[in-house]
Amino acid sequence: MSKRKKSKKWKRIDGRKADEMRSPLTIESGIIPNADGSAYIEMGRNRIIAAVYGPREMHPKRLSKPNRGILRCRYHMAPFSVDPRRSPAPSRRDTEISMVMADALEPALFLERYPRSVIDVYVEIIQADGGTRCASINAAAVALADAGIPMRDLVASCASGKFDGKLILDLGDYEDKKGDADVPVAFMPKLEDITLLQMDGILTPKETLECVQLAIEGCKQVYEVQKEALKKKYGLDEEAEEGEEELEEEENEEEEE
Amino acid sequence: MSNIVSRLKRKKIEEILETGRRMDGRGLEEYRPFEINKKYLEKVEGSAEVKLGKTHVVVGVKADIGHPFEDTPDQGVLMVNAEFTPVAHSTWEPGPPPDAAVELARVVDRGLRSAEILNLEELGLISGEKVYLIFVDLFVLNYDGNLIDACSAGALAALKTAEIPEFKVKKGKLEKTDKQVKLDLESQPIAITYVKIGDYFIMDPTADEEEVMDGRITVTIDQKGNVTTLQKAGPVGFTFEEVQKCINSAEEKAAEIRAIAVES
Repeated sequence: MSKRKKSKKWKRIDGRKADEMRSPLTIESGIIPNADGSAYIEMGRNRIIAAVYGPREMHPKRLSKPNRGILRCRYHMAPFSVDPRRSPAPSRRDTEISMVMADALEPALFLERYPRSVIDVYVEIIQADGGTRCASINAAAVALADAGIPMRDLVASCASGKFDGKLILDLGDYEDKKGDADVPVAFMPKLEDITLLQMDGILTPKETLECVQLAIEGCKQVYEVQKEALKKKYGLDEEAEEGEEELEEEENEEEEE
Repeated sequence: MSNIVSRLKRKKIEEILETGRRMDGRGLEEYRPFEINKKYLEKVEGSAEVKLGKTHVVVGVKADIGHPFEDTPDQGVLMVNAEFTPVAHSTWEPGPPPDAAVELARVVDRGLRSAEILNLEELGLISGEKVYLIFVDLFVLNYDGNLIDACSAGALAALKTAEIPEFKVKKGKLEKTDKQVKLDLESQPIAITYVKIGDYFIMDPTADEEEVMDGRITVTIDQKGNVTTLQKAGPVGFTFEEVQKCINSAEEKAAEIRAIAVES
């Protein structure tokens, strides 16, 4: 006879509710002095650094485009970021993530303003804990804004999925590996555009769409943290205007000084 | 889409899309003739020749015995590799695989893997030492767009018809029997790709249409109607409604293509 009632309250492996994000969720901008823009994110136990160089001249030149700039992303995991140690050489997975990251961030940029140029976004995973591609996009978006690059909106990213028959938000490493499905999404909240969408697992079409909606709610929470990170760097009060455009204008001024 | 030719192409393609047709006269959601020729080659375990319009792919399945991965000592290994051969297009060169080839291999691989097409436990032989390795190679011979859909259907057809040499474990040692055994497929995933050009969504894009597209969404669906893989690509965003439409309408098309891939 169990003393506890059977269905007291369903909880996740780390005690979270189904739609609860991991903590910490913190972003700090401007942490790499040499970079034009940078950000450090802690999302759960993920620790990731993103640095932006550019817009600058494209090398090798043959890769440049005469009428627009190119966004080049590199997602890279440190050998010690996972257990067991991984090779520092890029895997096929890394190549794919680099590609989808660029596709996720590009809709926010005005690349037609930078003919023959490149914007390089480098992401280094120092510690991985599931959902690294989402966390990388979050850091990279803040780093791009920190570099003073005009943006249509910030890109916020979060995954949802299915574990133990339940749809959950912001999967940790264990839930990612043992779960039934994983749906990473990136979203521009102001424009309501989905810029990253992947999924692996088995879900009905209805569940898939519910997961996308759940992930979008997560993205909106990340968005607030991203804005805070940018405001903090420029010493803006929390009551300061909410508009991202104003914020970006101020950054541009700072950059020019 | 950087040069003047592709900008002109884009203009023309969009103009024609406005009339509800495509450059080659097809409707927006119409596929080109889709042919899959199973057991195409003799010296491989499984194979399929796929022709989708002018897109031409050969898929080969080879089986081998080897070491399992450290974290899954009892499971066989399934590997998908894509090769963009220089015979297939004027801009394709010999050398390391371009990003698009890596993405193609990954999307097809993830589609098969998440649908759990093979029971990898059953492909384990001696724990931690010997397992079956199943290689699926996607060999592109002529490129005219929509490689993901062509290769995913081809991979399913090749795995479905594959017969691999049987091994038995006797006193801790592997022995090859004379028999060939079929692979048990647990599911039948099929990838369906939607391409967005301006305000239009089209299916089965040609190389020209892919060159000028804004983005695409691939939905892989198994025979039960479950979604097993999604992949968005391209430098634009999609609204939730657009994603919804793709996911909800993929099943019907997938059933048609699955029939071509699995019928004997």
